[in-house]
Amino acid sequence: MTTNASGYFKTRYSFELGFWETPLRRFWVVVGLGLAVAFPFVASTFWVSIMNLAAIAAIGALALNLLTGYTGQLSLGHAGFLAAGAFTVGILVGQWSAPFWITLPAAILIGMGLGILVGVPALRLRGIYLSISTLAAYFVIMSLATEYQSQFGKGSGMLIPPPQIGAWILTGERNWYFVLLVLVALATLLCLNLNRSHVGRAWLAIRERDLAASALGIDVSFYKVLAFLISTAMTTFAGALLAYYTAFVSAEAFTFLVTIEYLAMILVGGLGSVLGSLLGAVFVTMLPFLVERAVDSLPVPATFKTHLFAVQTGLFAVLMLAFLMFEPHGLARIWGRARAYFELWPFKYRPLQ
Amino acid sequence: MQLAANVLVLAALYALMAEGFVLIYRASRVFNLAHGDLMMLGGYVFFTCLVATEGNLSASVILALAAGFLVGVGVYLVGIRPLTGYPVASIVLVTVAIGILIRSLATLIWSGQVRYPVHLLPFKDTPHQFLGDAVFSTLDLASVAAALVFFVALVILLQRTALGVRMRATAENPRLAANSGINIHRVIALSWGLSCFGATLAALFYSTRVNLEPDSWLIGLRAFAPALIGGMNSPLGVLPGALIVALVEVFAAQYLGPVMVNSAAFIVLLIALWIRPWGLFGTREEVVRV
Repeated sequence: MTTNASGYFKTRYSFELGFWETPLRRFWVVVGLGLAVAFPFVASTFWVSIMNLAAIAAIGALALNLLTGYTGQLSLGHAGFLAAGAFTVGILVGQWSAPFWITLPAAILIGMGLGILVGVPALRLRGIYLSISTLAAYFVIMSLATEYQSQFGKGSGMLIPPPQIGAWILTGERNWYFVLLVLVALATLLCLNLNRSHVGRAWLAIRERDLAASALGIDVSFYKVLAFLISTAMTTFAGALLAYYTAFVSAEAFTFLVTIEYLAMILVGGLGSVLGSLLGAVFVTMLPFLVERAVDSLPVPATFKTHLFAVQTGLFAVLMLAFLMFEPHGLARIWGRARAYFELWPFKYRPLQ
Repeated sequence: MQLAANVLVLAALYALMAEGFVLIYRASRVFNLAHGDLMMLGGYVFFTCLVATEGNLSASVILALAAGFLVGVGVYLVGIRPLTGYPVASIVLVTVAIGILIRSLATLIWSGQVRYPVHLLPFKDTPHQFLGDAVFSTLDLASVAAALVFFVALVILLQRTALGVRMRATAENPRLAANSGINIHRVIALSWGLSCFGATLAALFYSTRVNLEPDSWLIGLRAFAPALIGGMNSPLGVLPGALIVALVEVFAAQYLGPVMVNSAAFIVLLIALWIRPWGLFGTREEVVRV
């Protein structure tokens, strides 16, 4: 029986499946949403734009967490899938000036196809060999993208016009913020619902031990490919959004470091945690800007300023190492521990029952 | 004939680097994705030694190789050993993070500039003609010779010495080896050291024949393909693997253009993963799903 400090007891299985774990949680979600809606009215445009980037990153991080955190399949090709989404938009807009209600579904379809393509080796490969196939897929996608960019004379990249519904054009940081907020909420809802359904339980079982999962009657190949399919489809969608938001598509924007940033998001946030993906996305997106301010204001060697990018990536690496070694469950676990500490105070452990 | 010569020289480099993946996989069942960065670091150490000793080649080579070995042991002791017992995916991520750390440190220390250590060498890299019209430069010949020496020495080490027996025992069954009184952590540290030694050896030739920049790590990562094609737990499988990948890459460069060169190795890798993921000489049980 799971207990909560509120004295709220889970006495039925349906409570375990319920969307709101406790009534209090519903309250906090409403408060959080209220704060999120109020944010652009108090913050400067600069911070709203950072939160927009964080929102797009959050969709990508949620997708990666489904695959890596929940199903336990380490993906090293995330930047490639983002690029695939962005290039789908770039090519469709560039060649046929397609509107967004064609390009976004097209990006999702491409993502599904890629997910099957990359996931199908799961029928015979497992563990780390599968990750290598995603890494190889990344390099193949990127060379195709680079090839397209150089073949069609779009040397530095492709310009993307903003999405348009009738006469209304989606521009301005604040408008984007509300659109992205809705999309992030939808993505979060999708992930939460997947994870409390039979699909999520099958994924967890596969993560813990694929052999045992298969003995329990779970079709391991099917659920692994499904995880790849949903994850890459969400990722290409995020890539397509990124293309529209930045209004520019270029192969140079999707280096291997982007994969690392996303991995850092879910590691710092917490593997297998929806809240963690959101926290991690905000944290990792803000980090470069914070580092830039810190380098500007602190007395550091001059090389740090000329090679700011190296400082930022080095910091990512240190963060990843620290979390991998000391707190593999990320910020979400730290938050949980802090909460438990105050709930149990002045005691250290839960009472025996 | 010239194409065959190019294939041979490229294969020698690939074999040296790919052997590092195999040695580490055999020792700790981990793919070391920092291998390319460790190679790049070896190249920079060599360059710094050349500058510091004003072109004293033998001293620089010895210093760089020794540093490479020590860095490998150090990475194992600091980054990998504390995570013994963690899921393999976490350890692979740790190697990724170490790789990025090395890359950004290299940029901070040596700046992102492209360097050409070949200008610091005390001799000219002169071309020689062999077997009809194939042309090898001095460095090409040296790299093939170095690869041959490295592999012969490795085979002697693994097959003929007590240490080699310990290494093979650890590769086959670490727990049994530990219970038989082998200090497996020492053996694994040695494998990491040897792996980085090979990468640095490759870096000596790569940095002098091509150039040196923080982006050189990609070449090291490409060497993963020959290792996988040969079989991750087969020390000599990398030789045919390297020949295959070098062949594909040289022909891609000849007929398909420069963009495909970068991904040729990865396309071969994907095909290998689909058809025969355990490689030409690897063990099937290691890979196959449930």
